[in-house]
Amino acid sequence: MADVLESPADRSARLLSEPWQTAGGATSGVTGTVASVREIWAQRRLLGLLTARELKSRYKDSAGGFLWSLAKPLTQLFIYYLVIGQFLGAARNIENFAVYIFAGLTIYTLFSEIVGAGTGSIIANAGLVKKVYLPREIFPLAAVGSALFNFAVQLVILIVAAIVIGTLTLSVNLFFGLGALVLILIWGLAIALLLAALNVYLRDIQYLVEVVLLLLMWASPILYSWQQAAQILPQWLLEVYVNSPITLAVLGFQEAFWSEASNGVPLPHLALRMLIAGAIGLLALFGAQRVFSRLQGDFAQEL
Amino acid sequence: MATTAHVPVVEVNDVSKRFIIRKEKSLKERLVNAGRSKQFKEDFWALKNVSLEIESGSTIGLIGPNGSGKSTLLKTIGGIIQPTSGTVRRRGRLAALLELGAGFHQDLTGRENVYLNASILGLSRKQTDLYFDDIVEFSGIRDFIDTQVKFYSSGMYVRLAFAVAVHVDPDLLLVDEVLAVGDEAFQRKCLDKIRSFQREGRTIVLVTHSLGQITEFCDRAVLLNRGEVLFDGVPHEAVRDFREVLEGRRQEEAEAHNATHEEQIPVNNGRILATTVQPVGGAVGDPIQPGDDIQVQVTFDHPTGIDDWIAAIQIDNVQGVPVYGTSSLRVGLHLPTLRSPQTVEFIIRDAPFGTGKYFINSTLMSNEKVHLADVPQAVSFDVPYYDLAVGIVHAAPEIRAFGA
Repeated sequence: MADVLESPADRSARLLSEPWQTAGGATSGVTGTVASVREIWAQRRLLGLLTARELKSRYKDSAGGFLWSLAKPLTQLFIYYLVIGQFLGAARNIENFAVYIFAGLTIYTLFSEIVGAGTGSIIANAGLVKKVYLPREIFPLAAVGSALFNFAVQLVILIVAAIVIGTLTLSVNLFFGLGALVLILIWGLAIALLLAALNVYLRDIQYLVEVVLLLLMWASPILYSWQQAAQILPQWLLEVYVNSPITLAVLGFQEAFWSEASNGVPLPHLALRMLIAGAIGLLALFGAQRVFSRLQGDFAQEL
Repeated sequence: MATTAHVPVVEVNDVSKRFIIRKEKSLKERLVNAGRSKQFKEDFWALKNVSLEIESGSTIGLIGPNGSGKSTLLKTIGGIIQPTSGTVRRRGRLAALLELGAGFHQDLTGRENVYLNASILGLSRKQTDLYFDDIVEFSGIRDFIDTQVKFYSSGMYVRLAFAVAVHVDPDLLLVDEVLAVGDEAFQRKCLDKIRSFQREGRTIVLVTHSLGQITEFCDRAVLLNRGEVLFDGVPHEAVRDFREVLEGRRQEEAEAHNATHEEQIPVNNGRILATTVQPVGGAVGDPIQPGDDIQVQVTFDHPTGIDDWIAAIQIDNVQGVPVYGTSSLRVGLHLPTLRSPQTVEFIIRDAPFGTGKYFINSTLMSNEKVHLADVPQAVSFDVPYYDLAVGIVHAAPEIRAFGA
């Protein structure tokens, strides 16, 4: 520390000129959110390290390393393609069925990992939460980070597959993919923040989340087309179904990587619906952060 | 620590903290008990209207019995716990050593953990690069730095964690009972580091059960009991008050114990009426010269009478370290039945105490060595300054040099 040594008098003088800050720093309203975002931004390097820690530790002692993160989605792809596509005949109605499933699975897996890992993130880091003050949003965010890494790997495979099979065309449709990603990040983070905070008080939530995530996969057109659902669902339920951010993101991804070359029927006003869902998502994210910030004051004693 | 100006770095303003102790946690239990939730809740005030101002460059010890709220206070200062009411303000860079290695991840190597932990404590990557060698040097585990920490012994783990913690450059360091780790050599290193922090004018808030550390390091001590500040001031006075609190608790517990065990003879009702100390041939209040015989007189009483009993004294130095103790049992003296006030005289021959102040604790025990009455720091005596040597033992030094 030789190069930064300051004399006690200098230190006092510097401290005297520094502004007071409130310990813990929970403020309310929009200013609170701005302050939180600024605090998290200041800790972005730590966020990176925590994300890297998640990833490194997950496959640390395995020879296959992060390749294992592909095992699950590829197996899912294989099973769904074979059982649902071929045995049950879904592939007859949907061209390039493998790409269709994988597009949906890739974006849904991102959502599912963000929410699943995010919900348990505060409890998994109980040691840190109890002993060190950090903006606690960092832990759900680190879960988002590691989910994004897995997503990126899957996305590369999806793009390669789409090129090989020939469903990828360079057009404005690719922006639907970007929109879908943003939509999932907003909603995934909002839900993860809310559930991570609630889970501290009610541990049942993490188990509930697993079940609900399983259900949600089937509540979006990943393994079948949305028109098939449209034939059966009553009108009001169909509106809920097609306007859910997950359905919109899945459709957006299919639009980007599959639709054009495969005679896919696009949902009317998809772009507009995604924009609206994104805007509502931002409000939800703001609300979730407020709830999180309100609840986080008692994290240390509840864990 | 000499600071030129009064620069407060922490302001604790009328802080209270309530913990709600819930007795059920799962959804089912909550639903079942929804209507009667009051029954399953219990309020516990860990802090009650605590106000403190801490000045830059000072070292403050927080002491108190278990559950007195000292760790809670430390965590509120650190921002880890939000107060229920009141505010905590602070300035400058903070580092909290509440648990060493809290941010360590078992599957990462020592090196990776150093970077992660340094970042948690607020060090930039560049700074960590700069201090990395120092950190490894300080921890003394260079050979294992690229091993996963799960293979570390608990000692190595803590050494590395402490090494990281002391290399961040805090203005305010919060320390919670972490100085009692590692082997003796490492402990010494840690304490030296704390001293150099003090010289550099950093502010330290320390929670510890080692009263010796409080009197040795702190220039101010705050005694907490049941969430309230009992005493705030000079460390050795705080330590004395703390002993009284502990003694009070012990007596309460003993009485509660007696109340529930009515059939037993109420034992805890002896009393110590007076304790005096003086050099033999001198008067009360005279300083004790090394080599004097010390005369201590303790007057005991027992309302219901006791046949077999033991009179004991113990002498502590100002740091609270016991330096001498004796009792009637040790010298084989059988004391007559104690029914009315009785004075026992202890003569300590040729006592070689070093310079300083010493406190005498007097104790009345039953023949099973159950403490019936204790008066901590009942009386004190001074040994005058001796310029040839320091320490708790007096002996005349002679120093010669050999060779050219």
